[in-house]
Amino acid sequence: MSDASINASRAYEDEASFGDYFALLKPRVMSLVVFTALVGLLAAPVGVHPVIGFCAILFIAIGGGASGALNMWWDADIDKVMKRTKGRPIPAGKVTEGEALSLGLALSGLSVIMLALAANVFAGAFLAFTIFFYVVIYTMWLKRATPQNIVIGGAAGAFPPVIGWIAATGTMSVEPWLMFLLTFMWTPPHFWALALFMRSDYDDAGVPMLTVTHGRRATRVHILVYTVLLAVLAVGTAFSGIGGPLYLAVALVLNALFLHGAWKITRRNEDDCEVDNFKVERSFFKLSLLYLFLHFGAILAEALLKPYGLGGW
Amino acid sequence: MALHKEHELHKRRSGLNKGVGILLAAFVVLVMALTMVKVTSASFKFPDAQGEQN
Repeated sequence: MSDASINASRAYEDEASFGDYFALLKPRVMSLVVFTALVGLLAAPVGVHPVIGFCAILFIAIGGGASGALNMWWDADIDKVMKRTKGRPIPAGKVTEGEALSLGLALSGLSVIMLALAANVFAGAFLAFTIFFYVVIYTMWLKRATPQNIVIGGAAGAFPPVIGWIAATGTMSVEPWLMFLLTFMWTPPHFWALALFMRSDYDDAGVPMLTVTHGRRATRVHILVYTVLLAVLAVGTAFSGIGGPLYLAVALVLNALFLHGAWKITRRNEDDCEVDNFKVERSFFKLSLLYLFLHFGAILAEALLKPYGLGGW
Repeated sequence: MALHKEHELHKRRSGLNKGVGILLAAFVVLVMALTMVKVTSASFKFPDAQGEQN
């Protein structure tokens, strides 16, 4: 076998499959986008035709996926340094940066236009703004410039319920912004907990994560502060148009657990973490996933129960 | 190196082509369904009809 044929064989091995292109869209993030946008759409006080609702959620998800592909295109250099991201399609050599850029741009245009046609122009424009915010404001500009990157990036991830609400109603009101704030305030403690036990990743990539710029002690305090603010907001949301007794019960239990976890994180030092391999931080991170899912689940339950006279106050 | 019919590459490319084909077909069905819903909704009016009313 000649050198040329060996190289050709390796090139074929690296050729992307359908799954590699799908992985560019960050399916896990897309699942969060789908869920929160669906809750925004169904919690709105306006009925939506199932086909239009399905299209709206699908194109919001595709828009989220497109911004994920554009994020991977821009961050390819740091993705190959970080353990958590070096298996992504670009650093793994499966997909080229140009392909990711093309896919991201094409899907961005498609999702925005189709959402505008399926739901309304306001929803399409808001999706376009969300993609712009995540890709340009967060990924290109602020992610590598400020340790508050996670706080700002959280805003982009928090827009889907607002877009879902606008897709249903064509207008804006306070309730979707409460859902926005819920995700927005949840993101920092969620990611900073991850940063505490994935420290070397961000160090190696030179991303100014709070753990790197302000130290781990300050990060722990930040987690607690954001968790307190989040708890006030989450429980307060129970008394809005999207809340109700079920939501209040869920919020009280989960926020008590979340506050307890944040308090434990604040009281720990690095020696404790080395001994138990960040057990408390890891469990706080897992709880944060459940926290958001159940809060939005409770909002959805309240909305679905309303036609039977059970949801809301 | 000769590429045999059963080469793994063929399977992968076939999977990619089928995936894109299914997505395109699904998109056509989706646009069709969306169009049907839009034109059969009570609020739908042809652009010309709107012009005449104005």
